[in-house]
Parts: sequence; C-alpha cells; structure tokens
Amino acid sequence: MSRDVKSTVESPPASPPPGRLRTFLDSDIVYSWQRQPVVIAATLVTLAMFAGALFAPWIAPQNPFDPGQLDLIDAFTPPLTRSEFTGTFYLLGSDSQGRDVFSAILYGSRISLLVGFAAVLFALVLGTALGLLAGFRGGWRDALIMRVADVQLTFPSILMALLIFGVIRGLLPRSMHAEVAIIVLIVAIGLSDWVQYARAVRGATMVEKHKEYVQAARVIGLPDGRILFQHILPNVLRPVLVIGTIGLALAIIAEATLSFLGVGMPATQPSLGTLIRVGQDYMFSGEWWILLFPGVALLVLALSVNLLGDWLRDVLNPKLR
Amino acid sequence: MSETRTIPTAASGEVLLEASDLACHFDVSRPWLNRVLERAERLTLKAVDGVSFSIRRGETLALVGESGCGKSTVARLIVGLHGLTRGRLVFDGQDISDLAGRTGRQAAAIRQRFQMIFQDPYASLNPLWRVGTIIGEPLRFFRPEMSAVQRHRRVGELLEQVGLSAADAGRYPHEFSGGQRQRISIARALANEPEFMVCDEPTSALDVSVQAQILNLMRDLQQEYGLTYLFISHDMAVVKHMADRIAVMYLGRIAEIAASDALFATPHHPYAKMLLAAVPSLEGVGRERSMIQGEVPNPVHPPPGCAFHPRCPHANERCRREVPQLIARRDGSEVACHGVEEGRLP
Amino acid sequence: MSSTPSSDRQADPGTGVTTPEPVLSVRHLRVEFPTRHATLVALDDVSFDIAPGEVLGVVGESGAGKSMTGNAVIRLLEPPGRIAGGEIRLAGRRIDDLAEDDFVPLRGRHIGMIFQDPLTSLNPLFSIGDQLVETLRTHLPLSVAEARERALALLREVGIPAPETRLDSYPHQFSGGMRQRVVIALALAAEPELIIADEPTTALDVSVQAQILALLKRVCAERGAAVMLVTHDMGVIAETADRVAVMYAGRLIEIGPVNAVIRRPRHPYTEGLMASIPALAERHARLYQIEGAMPRLAAIPPGCAFHPRCPHAAERCAHRRPELMPAGASLAACWLHDPEDPLPRRAQEVAR
Repeated sequence: MSRDVKSTVESPPASPPPGRLRTFLDSDIVYSWQRQPVVIAATLVTLAMFAGALFAPWIAPQNPFDPGQLDLIDAFTPPLTRSEFTGTFYLLGSDSQGRDVFSAILYGSRISLLVGFAAVLFALVLGTALGLLAGFRGGWRDALIMRVADVQLTFPSILMALLIFGVIRGLLPRSMHAEVAIIVLIVAIGLSDWVQYARAVRGATMVEKHKEYVQAARVIGLPDGRILFQHILPNVLRPVLVIGTIGLALAIIAEATLSFLGVGMPATQPSLGTLIRVGQDYMFSGEWWILLFPGVALLVLALSVNLLGDWLRDVLNPKLR
Repeated sequence: MSETRTIPTAASGEVLLEASDLACHFDVSRPWLNRVLERAERLTLKAVDGVSFSIRRGETLALVGESGCGKSTVARLIVGLHGLTRGRLVFDGQDISDLAGRTGRQAAAIRQRFQMIFQDPYASLNPLWRVGTIIGEPLRFFRPEMSAVQRHRRVGELLEQVGLSAADAGRYPHEFSGGQRQRISIARALANEPEFMVCDEPTSALDVSVQAQILNLMRDLQQEYGLTYLFISHDMAVVKHMADRIAVMYLGRIAEIAASDALFATPHHPYAKMLLAAVPSLEGVGRERSMIQGEVPNPVHPPPGCAFHPRCPHANERCRREVPQLIARRDGSEVACHGVEEGRLP
Repeated sequence: MSSTPSSDRQADPGTGVTTPEPVLSVRHLRVEFPTRHATLVALDDVSFDIAPGEVLGVVGESGAGKSMTGNAVIRLLEPPGRIAGGEIRLAGRRIDDLAEDDFVPLRGRHIGMIFQDPLTSLNPLFSIGDQLVETLRTHLPLSVAEARERALALLREVGIPAPETRLDSYPHQFSGGMRQRVVIALALAAEPELIIADEPTTALDVSVQAQILALLKRVCAERGAAVMLVTHDMGVIAETADRVAVMYAGRLIEIGPVNAVIRRPRHPYTEGLMASIPALAERHARLYQIEGAMPRLAAIPPGCAFHPRCPHAAERCAHRRPELMPAGASLAACWLHDPEDPLPRRAQEVAR
C-alpha cells in the first residue's frame, strides 16, 4: 500500500521546497518519536546523563580526584545527610575516602561515555572500511575478511576484549599502564566489536553495488574510488548508525565489565565500572549506597541508550515498518 | 561461430556499432569446497554466445526475447559493464572490445559518446542526491572545465527538454513518480550529448499511459539529436513502435534479425513466429492465442544443437545435433534455422 | 460517499449480466487508510457484481486501487487500511462484517487466491503434494489417500506432465510457469466459487503467459467458478475477461463487456488508456498520451477525479462527481453520458 501511494506522486507541489527544519519536524522520525512516551523518556534521560557527564566540573559539588577537596573524616556519610563534621551535604552519600558518590558518578560516567563513544567510533570506522572492501571488491579479500570475522564471532566479545586488552598490555611497559589504560580499553573494545559493522556494511554494499544508479556511474566511467565513496558509502551508512547506537550501550557495559573485573580503568581514574567494583567491598558492611548508586547509573544509562537504538532501528528499517 | 560476419548494411547510413561474435560466459559454479564435497562440476552460464549485429547511425535496433535470452547482457557488454569472453566490438571505427578494463581519459573519450537508460526508475537514481547533482554528474566528470553556473544552466535546460522544470533540480528523487524518474534518467543520459543510447527495458516498469509519454519523448529526442538507439524489451508491441530493425534472441543467440515491418509481416524463425503469436493484443478480443508448448530451458544447461528444438514443431535430427548459424536471406533478413535454410520452412 | 445525497443509483452496475444471483456482489465499497496527515480514501464507492462462471477483469494503473479491491474482498488489506463502508456479499451472504474467525475458513474454501509471484503462495519447505493434500483436507472431508488421489488429478488437470513423479517435488524444482500451474491447482483444490487472480501472469514470459491464461480460463469455466482477474495488462484482459472494470484513483470509472470497453471505450480516461497502448497491427509516429499523471490519494481533485487531465472537462466536472451512467453497452462515470444533460464532446478526437 505505502509503495502504491508513494509511486503515484503526480508532481511535486509547485511551491519551493520547505526548509530543512520544517522537513525534519514533519518527518516520520519525529512523528514516531512524539508518539512513544518510553522513547521520549529515554531521550531525556540520555541527554541528562550526557549533560551531567559533559558538565561534571560545573555540576559536581566536588572533584572526586582532587585529594585536596576530600575530607576523610566525612567517610561513609549516608545519602541525603549533612556531615556532622564538615557540614557538607552528601546527596548520594560518600565512600571510604569521604568522596561524594554523586560527584564520582558524574566523573565516572564521563569516562564511561568517552570510552564508549571512542570504542564505537573505532569499531565503526574499522568495520565499515573492511565491510566496504569485502563487499565491493569481493574475491579473496572478501573471503579473508569474512572468515576472520566468523572466527572472531565464535568468541564472546567480552572474552575477545579481555584477550586483546591482555595482549596490548603485555606489549607495553608496566610504567605506561595507568596512562594509556583508557586508550588500551578503547582499542580492545573496538577491536572486539567491528565484526557486526563489517557484516552489515558488506551486505548493504553488495546490494547497492548492483543497483542501477551505481551501474549508471560505471557507464559514465567514474573511477572505483569515486563510486565507492560518493555513491555506495553514503547509502550504506544508515544501518551502521543504528548498530552504532545500540553498540554504544554495549560498549559502555563492556567497559564497565572490564573495569569491574579490575582490568579496565584504575581506581585513580574510576569509571562507573570501577566505582561498582570498589563499592562491592562495602555491600555487606552496611554502606550500600557506594555500590547501589553507580550501579543504577550504569543501568539507566545503558538502558536508555539501548531503547533509543532500538527505536532508531525500527524507524529507519523499512522492512520492520 | 568463430568467423567474423558483417551484417549487410542497407544503402543508407554508416555503421556506428558493430558487434561480432560477442560472447559472455559467467562462472556460476558452487564455491570450491562445495564442488569438492558434492563432486559437482564447474558450471558456466553462457549468457551470450556468439551474437553478431551492427547498428547504423540514427537507427533503432531492438533486441527482443524472453527472460534469460541474454538481451540485457548484450547491453551491458556494449557499455562495458561486463567484459567480453569472446568477440569484438567496434564503435565508430574504434575497437572497444576491452572497454570494461579501460580506465582514465582514454576510456572517457569513448564513454562520453554513449549512455545507458535503465529499467528500474526506483533504483537508477542515487536516493541521497538532488536531481541537479545526479544529472550534472556526467558533466562534472567529462567536462571539468565547465563552471558551476554553466553546469547549473545546462541541467536546467536538460530538465526542460525531458518535460520537467528547471526548478526540479533542487529536489530529491523520492519526490517524483516512476515516469518522472525515468525522465530524470533520460536527462542524465543526455547530459553530455551522446550519439548512442542503450535502453534496457526503459518502460517495462511503467504504466501504459506513462510508457506512452516516455516512448514519445525518446522518439522526439532521437529526431532532434539524431540519436542511435539499442532498444531492449520483451514487449513486442513496444518494440514494433520503436524499432527500425529487430533482433530476436533465444538463449544467448540471435534467432532472427530483420527489418521491423518485415519481421512482423513474415517472421521466418519458428521462435519469432511463436513470440509474435503469443502477444496478447487488443485486436484479438476473445481470440485464443496460439498455444506454444514448454518454457525457456535453464540457460546453464541449454539443449544441444538448436537451443529451440525441444519446443519447435519442425525440429528434426539435424536440429538436435547441429547449432544453426545466421544466414542472410534475399529479403535482407537473417535467420538461424536449419529448416529455413533447407527450405523445409517458408 | 457519493456527491449526490440520494442513495438511489441511476443504474445497476451489474448490468450486462442477467443471471439470478451473482457470486460476488460489491456495493459502495470504501477503503480508508488513516495516516497522520489525513485519512486517505483508497477505494471510493466501488460497486460491481461477478456472475457464476464469469471472468471480470479489473484494470488500472498502479495506485488505482485494483489490487486493493481484491484484497478488500479477501480481507488482506495492509494495515492501517480498513473497510470503511459498503458491503460485500459472497453468493448472497454478507461477508464484510464477519468476525475474523468466521472469515478465515472462507479463504481457500469459497474464495481461491492466485498471486503474481507463485513463490510467495507456495511454502518452500513442503513438497507440492503435501501442500495440496493439506489444503484439500483442511476444506474437504477426505482421507490422506483420497486427497492424494485428488491432488494427482488436479495436477494433471493443470497440465503438469507426469504428475505422479512431481507430487513429491519441492516448489524450487519447478519452473516459473509450472509453479503458477501448481498455484492454480491449489487455488482450485477446494472448488471455490470465486477465484481472485492478482496479476497472475505478470512475472511470466509471454509464451508461458498465454498457456497460464488459457488454463485459468478453462478450469474456471469447467467448474463454473467466477474469476476476478486483476491486471494492468489490457492485452491479458482482452483475451481472458468477459467484462472489464476500469479503475482510476480508487474509483470505478467504467464497467462493461470486454468488447465494448476495448473497441468503444466510453470514459475519456479509458479512451486515452486504450490509445496509449502501442498496437501490433498498425504503426503510428507517436502514441497518444494522456498528459499528467494519476493524482496521489492525498490529493484527489474534487468532482470527477479525472477532470484536470480530461480533454472534455467542463464546469460541472470540477464540482460534481459523476455516478456510473449507461453509455452504450457499458456504464461510465462521466458527465458525457448524463442521460438528462450530456456534456458535449470537445472536437479533439482520440484516434488509434
């Protein structure tokens, strides 16, 4: 039906094309967004958490990494309590160092998000490049890339990340571990995750390259590079962006998992995962907030990003509509 | 099959494109591992196998046939989308047999002289580009010296020529109907003033009333620019309307080539006869179409001898054994049929 | 629904057939697609009958609503499409208001369906014998052995060579034409009174097309099944249908015996459509072309939907929607055929 209706467009209206903003506000995406309270909530939560992470230095009551700002005497202050000693108010309580848990979460989600975004970007660029190459050129390149991908898929990606993390750490001198931890983490998570981008891009490339607009470009005699980057790449990016959104949630969780296992971010630069690991020690000694609040923050962040990704996939994928 | 044959040209018009013994084989085997495990042999699809014809400047040659006859493959061979397995292509005196492998300026010199129009108006335009960018693409490539303003003006001219408005350059393909998109395709093809156009089923995805608009437009453009068309279609009525000469293809070979009027008046090859008889026509209300037995066989395993023999009522032992060659007749047509050659058939 | 307040129609769309009870009777059918901008009217006041044993061709260009008419009858409208008015009767019994559970058994048993792509109608995982036996046993009280016997007979009837050996083959082992024969056998299995064939030969080569159409026509005639043949191809209609219904922008604009509609079309759109088809018999320098394109559903003009493209359009065409009116042997929804005050034709003549 929808195809029928669209195919009979008699002639576009004579008025000049509406502005980009109006076109956007009138699009199916905005419409679908407005109709789903869950998606609206997820968007708001995600934006709030992004903003919290981005503006942490201005929002957070203290800088949890600056020992000068910590008062050991305030250690283990429960949530919503004003300290008897310093008079500082702790919204979500404080930990064993007298560190404000709320501030630690803001700064921690900063690192979590940075690692998540960078890892997704790394995986996306690598996967897209390899997928394009495999799909466009085919032959032995395709076979090689896809077999490597198949092998990698047989391992759980967290195991893959652990392995890559270990290998890279092993190659670097011990003294560098703390400084480059974040980069190592990004590369490890990115490398463990490129396969799905490569597969999606390869499939889409093989479909697009046989479409007639690509053949028309061939008939003109355009060089392969121009066909690949001007015609095919922009048309295969859509699935990639969807996978990227869902991948962001997975990457954040992967980072948290690694940090929780103690192989990710060091306690001096805690991410949400590190905070959870640290908080775990106090789970049974009554200081539940040190574990609970970072855990909830991670859950809410990952869940809302994931919901957004799912929604985006549904809106952008015509097959599901 | 291997000897080069020249189609006798009529008195008028120089030959613009000459195809001799074109062949295009595709390897359709299973992957190596499957072949080894299943003991399957290599399979070759002979999509085109020994096709020769020539097109004179300003005329329209149509290739007709049912699915799998190789007509679209011939089109793609000519414009260099596929490489030739065998044979020779000469365009305006230059050998372009290796065009598919050529790159750079040397290829551009040839490629800018011909263009192609595709079947599916929904797939032939890049959905993310504005119409102006799509039509301007050949200009950007072939005429880098053109300024953006000149190019913009030229795109506007082209749009008006195909019945759209210059303002449509700023729109995206999805805003247009199938017929309008086909007009945009035609405008793109015309952009660099080609001499020769390969049209692969340009109207078969369109409704009849839109088809009439597009066919009329194509004829107007032909007259205005003296274009030469290779017109590919499965629709006999459309072909009759458009073509000066017609080549009927069956399983990768030409069964008969003749002037359009002659073919429709007196087809010689049994397949050509059958194809004509099978066309449903408005004139024949309530008429029973003459019934043709069977279907086109799988081109991976074509029948030996004349590929048409299993469906042919006149087939004999020779037809089952020996591949017939195109043989010129006195009326100017060429027919590949033992029966016609021997005089068994009219 | 109609522009005139009176619900009395000036003519009965079943004219031309004088059978006691039509197999399918559709009256004032209206199908709507609610979208966020507006409610699109995909079918608007469509009425027609099909008599037993008759083949009614439904033609129109893409988006005219021809497939939707068939889909509305068998209730396979794509959501959010819904029947918003009118009634559909199968052998006198009203079926458009049946509950879904009561409707499902009608499909196959009373209404057989043939679609364009035979592969979508056949399950690739089951042999065609199994599919036929299953269909037969769903609808008829037969034992497996009896059903298998019937299946063989059916395959033989639709012209599958050596059906004994093909019963256990899978759909992919058949050629396109043979597959469509199997689909016809499936559609006929339970001896339905009505067959809806939606572009049954569009995916096939011309030579095979002729075989399939002849087969469809023969087997339906033998059983007295009525056929609703939906197609865009006038040639197919010309040689297969008894009557033709022409659709434009979701409306039925002309209906009549095939000979009359093809040789002497009465609606200006039908005239233009016929003239724009390239002919085999003669050759013209130019094809007749109807200017413009069919309107989008969201922008159907008021009055007669065709008036902006019509060479004869006058004042009233833009305001009042014409009902189907007698025009020669046919009915046409055009003011040219108004019995009281026929609109004059403009000089411009559509010549073939």
